[in-house]
Amino acid sequence: MALLQIAEPGMSAAPHQHKLAIGIDLGTTNSLVATVQSGMSTVLQDEHGHSLLPSVVRYLEDGSVRVGHAAQSAQTADPKNTISSVKRFMGRGINDIPDTTHIPYAFRDTGVGMVQIETRAGIKSPVEISAEILRTLKTRAEKALGGELTGAVITVPAYFDDAQRQATKDAARLSGLTVLRLLNEPTAAAVAYGLDNASEGVYVIYDLGGGTFDVSILRLSKGIFEVLATNGDSALGGDDFDHRIFCWILSEAGLPPLSQEDTRLLLTKAREVKEWLSENAEAQITSVLSTDKLINVKLTAEKLVELTQTLVTKTLNPTRKALRDAGLSIEEIKGVVMVGGATRMPQIRQAVAEFFKQEPLTNLDPDKVVALGAAIQANVLAGNRSDDDLLLLDVIPLSLGLETMGGLVERVIPRNATLPVARAQDFTTFKDGQTAMSIHVVQGERELVSDCRSLAKFELRGIPPMAAGAARIRVTFQVDADGLLSVTAREQSSGVVADIVVKPSYGLTEDEITNMLKSSFGSAEQDKQARALREAIVDAERLIEAINAALAQDGNLLSPSEKSAIEAQVQALITTSQGSDKDSIIQAVESLNHATENFAGRRMDASVKQAFAGQDLNKLEI
Amino acid sequence: MELLQRNYFELLGLPTQFEIDLTLLDQHYRKLQSEVHPDRFVTASANERMQSMQVATQANEAYQALKNTTARARYLLELNGIETLEESNTAMPADFLMLQMEWREAIDDANGAKNVSALDALLLEIKQMAKSLSQNLSGQFAEKAYVEASESVRKLSFIDKISADINRAIEQLEN
Repeated sequence: MALLQIAEPGMSAAPHQHKLAIGIDLGTTNSLVATVQSGMSTVLQDEHGHSLLPSVVRYLEDGSVRVGHAAQSAQTADPKNTISSVKRFMGRGINDIPDTTHIPYAFRDTGVGMVQIETRAGIKSPVEISAEILRTLKTRAEKALGGELTGAVITVPAYFDDAQRQATKDAARLSGLTVLRLLNEPTAAAVAYGLDNASEGVYVIYDLGGGTFDVSILRLSKGIFEVLATNGDSALGGDDFDHRIFCWILSEAGLPPLSQEDTRLLLTKAREVKEWLSENAEAQITSVLSTDKLINVKLTAEKLVELTQTLVTKTLNPTRKALRDAGLSIEEIKGVVMVGGATRMPQIRQAVAEFFKQEPLTNLDPDKVVALGAAIQANVLAGNRSDDDLLLLDVIPLSLGLETMGGLVERVIPRNATLPVARAQDFTTFKDGQTAMSIHVVQGERELVSDCRSLAKFELRGIPPMAAGAARIRVTFQVDADGLLSVTAREQSSGVVADIVVKPSYGLTEDEITNMLKSSFGSAEQDKQARALREAIVDAERLIEAINAALAQDGNLLSPSEKSAIEAQVQALITTSQGSDKDSIIQAVESLNHATENFAGRRMDASVKQAFAGQDLNKLEI
Repeated sequence: MELLQRNYFELLGLPTQFEIDLTLLDQHYRKLQSEVHPDRFVTASANERMQSMQVATQANEAYQALKNTTARARYLLELNGIETLEESNTAMPADFLMLQMEWREAIDDANGAKNVSALDALLLEIKQMAKSLSQNLSGQFAEKAYVEASESVRKLSFIDKISADINRAIEQLEN
């Protein structure tokens, strides 16, 4: 006789099937990893009991890499090889960095593309440096949870553009993590906050982190988190407050331009002073520089407010814009949630309280709330919650456009459109026999291409030769739930799909990533082969699991012959994936995917039909 | 997939008509996304992930088209085989053209005087106009007076544009 299993609502009835999923807050200053254990979202600590991992990476002389506190403590001694706040450089070119003179790294001016930093371990891309941080958190999670991870939700600032998001996803891939979703930080915070407080209504998330500022407006209703508008500044954060204090110390002590070591030393001092002044009225700053010069100055909390007033004001403009985009007035806001370590500063809390005419909510730790929310979402995405009533509907933060004649931008997808979103646009050829054309995609709100951010140039090739103006090429711009853009093109009259070659403006090409992956996994050809085979097998296993689950749930949607045809394909894939021929495994995966296309569609139709039928029943009951 | 063959009203479980229950629209949109959103298919097969993205994209488009009065009217006309031709057909009754010019002048004056509250007042006035046009639409659709409905859509579309211009002007003055 089978025993009935009793499970708490929201918990899996079969604990052994619990998938290990984590949420990662990849921050400018600090990073964290959290997971849901026994229904509670918890931040995972390292072996010393630290929750926060300083986002600092140091490349050592012996070729090893240190991440976190160990790297941070060497910052002053080894500034060139100890990289902090690398998030600021993700998907960014050298010209995007406002003031390189106060940053002690050896930037490599590549002229185009993402910045690179020269270290003793070689030239490093921000993507590789971020991957070291992610790898450390992955290891921490695997140790704490004692198993292989199904995947991770990684948070990004809501105002991150496509290049910055893609760079984050690439970093995750380099670190060996499976990305379940890129999640916007304020949305993650809303999940942690909203679920904790069972809130309903419209909330504003004010998120001032180490290097980025985000403001998001969400409507919370019965487990659905609908982002109405988002805005921000992806180059404004707590770091800028440190920098203001640093500059003040320079002028107050009458210092000449400093060495890199001394710059680092005083920046660290500045951060400590800023934190101290959140609780105290004044701070004495004493330090001995490498030149033996003694610094001894006093900074009051009042003076700090004055020094940073413009930075505080700078956060209110995006806030106003987001409200306008959402079509809401301040009176309609039910609560304002503070996120990010920088919101501990009293002048920030005061400014926000004055603006919204209400005290902001600070009952969750502003450093941890993002990671906690990401873990909750990861748990849902991995399929651990049976009553999956949590749904996040997020938006694209910045408009997508195309370059047209005269360097003007034609808007294709407007900002704050709910994801996923797609738009199709028709193009034609202007020369007889033209077989290729180029499309330049930009992101931003301005009218001139030069004022927007260049994302990529897509080159369409393989257009069938026709008379000028005869070809009708429909280009579809699809932005997925991660906020990432993909482009497909098809010539309408012939149905020919054009090849698309993507040249990301500030990202890495597929080849570059492959090369980084190769170098990070050693160079032996055998290793590479083994790894590729392993990846193919994992892919196959995932597909088999997914199809078997689908068959068990919805097998009745298939005729007996359709069902046995799919089952035969599954069996074939199982057999093939026990072998060691990577290519035939990939082929069998593709063929099973193809065989289940109709089944997938029918399942989707049926689930929607059922959902709406259920509602009609409810109505009848009333 | 049968879902992708449906019109926007059908997709969101509503009758194909101009007058719709906006609360029901919200509820049905959320219910539909709860079923088809890519977050529900993260561990599913590549097929299901692709199809989920297609339907979720369509659901978002449908929701936007039905939520906004002008867009809903435009879409319903399209379903009835009528193009509103907002770009090419700019012929408007004389009184509406006069009103347009007055509004444009009022924007310029307020802009010159950096008068945000005057712009706000103008926005309110225009909203009133939009409201009465929407009410007209309701009757026009009931009587299948599609030519008249087309003209209302063109007027509303103009109002949407001028409202956006005013909002942009306010934004610039506030910066």
